[in-house]
Amino acid sequence: MNMLAFAVAAWIFCVGVYGAIVSRNLIHLALCLTVTQSSTYVLLLAIGYKHHAGAPIFKGVKLGTPAVDPVVQSLTLTDIVVSVTVIALVLALALDVHEESGTIDPDELTGMSG
Amino acid sequence: MRDRHVVRGLLALPAVGGLGALLAWGFSGLPPFGDFHGFYGQLLNAIVLPQRHTTNVVTAIVFDYRGFDTMGEEFILFAAVVGVVILLRENNAGMTRAAQADFVRSDAIRFFGVPILGLVVLVGLWLAAFGLVTPGGGFQGGVAIASGIVVLYLTVGYRHWHRLGDERRLDPFEGIGAGAYVAVGIAALIAGAPFLHNLLGPGTPGTLFSGGSMSILNWAVAIEVAAANLVLYTEFLQRLVAPKELER
Repeated sequence: MNMLAFAVAAWIFCVGVYGAIVSRNLIHLALCLTVTQSSTYVLLLAIGYKHHAGAPIFKGVKLGTPAVDPVVQSLTLTDIVVSVTVIALVLALALDVHEESGTIDPDELTGMSG
Repeated sequence: MRDRHVVRGLLALPAVGGLGALLAWGFSGLPPFGDFHGFYGQLLNAIVLPQRHTTNVVTAIVFDYRGFDTMGEEFILFAAVVGVVILLRENNAGMTRAAQADFVRSDAIRFFGVPILGLVVLVGLWLAAFGLVTPGGGFQGGVAIASGIVVLYLTVGYRHWHRLGDERRLDPFEGIGAGAYVAVGIAALIAGAPFLHNLLGPGTPGTLFSGGSMSILNWAVAIEVAAANLVLYTEFLQRLVAPKELER
C-alpha cells in the first residue's frame, strides 16, 4: 500500500511511452502522450497526500484541521491545462498531416516535401 | 511490414522496463506515501484564510500567491488556441471535401439533450462562481461550461450549433478573458501597488464576496477557458462535419 500510488504513476508513464513507441496512428500517438502526462497528476497528488487529512478547503472545517498539500494540487491544475493545449495542437497537426498525405500512420510519412 | 512492428515492440520492452526501473528507483527516495511535510503547503493551509479570506486554498494559490504564473498559463492556452486556429481555419476555408452526414437520429438524445445541457452549464457556472469557497474555480468551471454547450451539437446537430459556436462571436471572448486578467494586474500597478495586488480587499470568508480581485481573475479565466474550448471544438467540428453551405 505504501508504494502503490507511486507504482501506479510509474506504470501509467511506462504504458504511455510504450504505446507511443509502437503507435501506428497519430491520433493514438496523441492519446499516448496524454496518458504519459496523466502519470504526473497521479504522482503529484500522491506526493502531497497525508494520512487522515482532508482537502485543503476550510469551508465548514476549522482552520488548523490537517489538510493535504495544496501546492501540488495547484501544480496539477497547471499540468492539466498544459496537457489540453498540447493535445489540441497535436490533433490539429494530425489533421493537417492527413490532409496533406492521406495517412495518419507515422511510418508511411516518408521524407519531407514543401 | 508487420514484422517490423513486432520487432519494434520487442525492442521497446526492455527500454521501457529500464525506464520503469529508473522511475521506481527515483520514487523510492520520495517521502513515504501519506507522510508529506512540505513546508509551503502547511504554511499556506494555515495563513490563506486569515490573509486572503478564501476558504479554498488551492484557488487562492492559483489566483493570488501564484497569480503571475497563472497569467502565463492563461496565455499558454491562448497561444495554443491561436495555433490551432491558424492551422485549421485557413484550410477549412478552402475545403472541398463532402461533409459527413450530420443528423441526430436518436429521440432519446434529443429528449434528454436539452436538460443535460442546462444541467452541465449550471454546474460549470456553480464551479466557477464558488471557486474561491468550495472545490472548483475558473479553469474547471470554464471547461464544464464549454462541455455543456457542446451537448447542443450532440442534440440538434451542427447546423443549429453553428449559430452559437460561430467563431466570429467566440473569438472576442478569448481576448476578453485573457485581457481582463492583465487589466486587473495593471489596475493594481496604477493604484501604486505591485502587479496583480489584491485591491478589492479580502471580503467575507466563505461567501461569494470573498477573495476581492481574485474573483475577477477567476471569472476572467472561466471566460477564457470556456471560449478557448469552444473555439477548439468549432474548428475541429468545422473540419469534420460542416455542411457546405455554411462555409465562408
